[in-house]
Amino acid sequence: MNKLKKIQYDCHKATFLMEKRTMKPLTLFERVELHIHLAGCSVCRTYKQQSYLIGQMVHRLLYNKATEYHLDEKDKKVMEERIEEELKK
Amino acid sequence: MNDQQTLLNPHNWVKTYADYLYAFAIVRINDEELAKDLVQETFLAALQRTAAFEGKSTERTWLTAILKNKIIDVYRKKSSGLKQVEMIAAEPDQEFFNPDHGHWKQEHWPQPFGIENHDPLHNKEFNHILQLCMEKLPALWLSVFTMKHIDDATSEAICTDLKISPNNFWVIIHRAKLNLRACLQKNWI
Repeated sequence: MNKLKKIQYDCHKATFLMEKRTMKPLTLFERVELHIHLAGCSVCRTYKQQSYLIGQMVHRLLYNKATEYHLDEKDKKVMEERIEEELKK
Repeated sequence: MNDQQTLLNPHNWVKTYADYLYAFAIVRINDEELAKDLVQETFLAALQRTAAFEGKSTERTWLTAILKNKIIDVYRKKSSGLKQVEMIAAEPDQEFFNPDHGHWKQEHWPQPFGIENHDPLHNKEFNHILQLCMEKLPALWLSVFTMKHIDDATSEAICTDLKISPNNFWVIIHRAKLNLRACLQKNWI
């Protein structure tokens, strides 16, 4: 159980597992490790909350950005002309 | 006129898809001029490949796939410092954590942002800082991060597209978030 004792102090590992978990299920042992760590580490509990929040914000930021940008008509005209030119070839 | 050309209507491409494709590109590469060029290149590349269009997907999906490949090429070019990252990845992360036992260094302890209970998602200023912090990330990290958050791509797909090892991938995901969080803390609190 040396490994489980070590995880209590290992915030590096715990934060790593929290990030990994957003994309892949953790193994049973990893879940136990993370659980033990978070139970005793308030700093990582703050990290956990913030990491989740940041993930949501990044997601939203990227999606909002997608609705903000439009090509202007001049650029579209240039594109259209290039396509017509190619089609004539 | 052959079948492909009746399925595809290049005369309407710009009108129908240009804005969509442009937005798709800008979110992923954050560079207006380059995004514009990629959309143009996508249309031209598509014209060369009309014969390969089988009508199995929609015109939009097909054009988007071509654009996506072009974006990945940009990512790869931008992250030509890849070798360097591979090297760093082998080192334990000593900036934030004590190398002996992995505990946070005290000066890097996450502090509450103080807006957790005030709908931070809609806090404009906080979002602005987040955007600036994202722009500070190394190109490869930001590419990985963007693919994860906007395409919901799997780790395997991102590794294949960006030619990075799974091990490095997880290190990047971890580091990108640690750095982003630290940057927010530094500039917000």
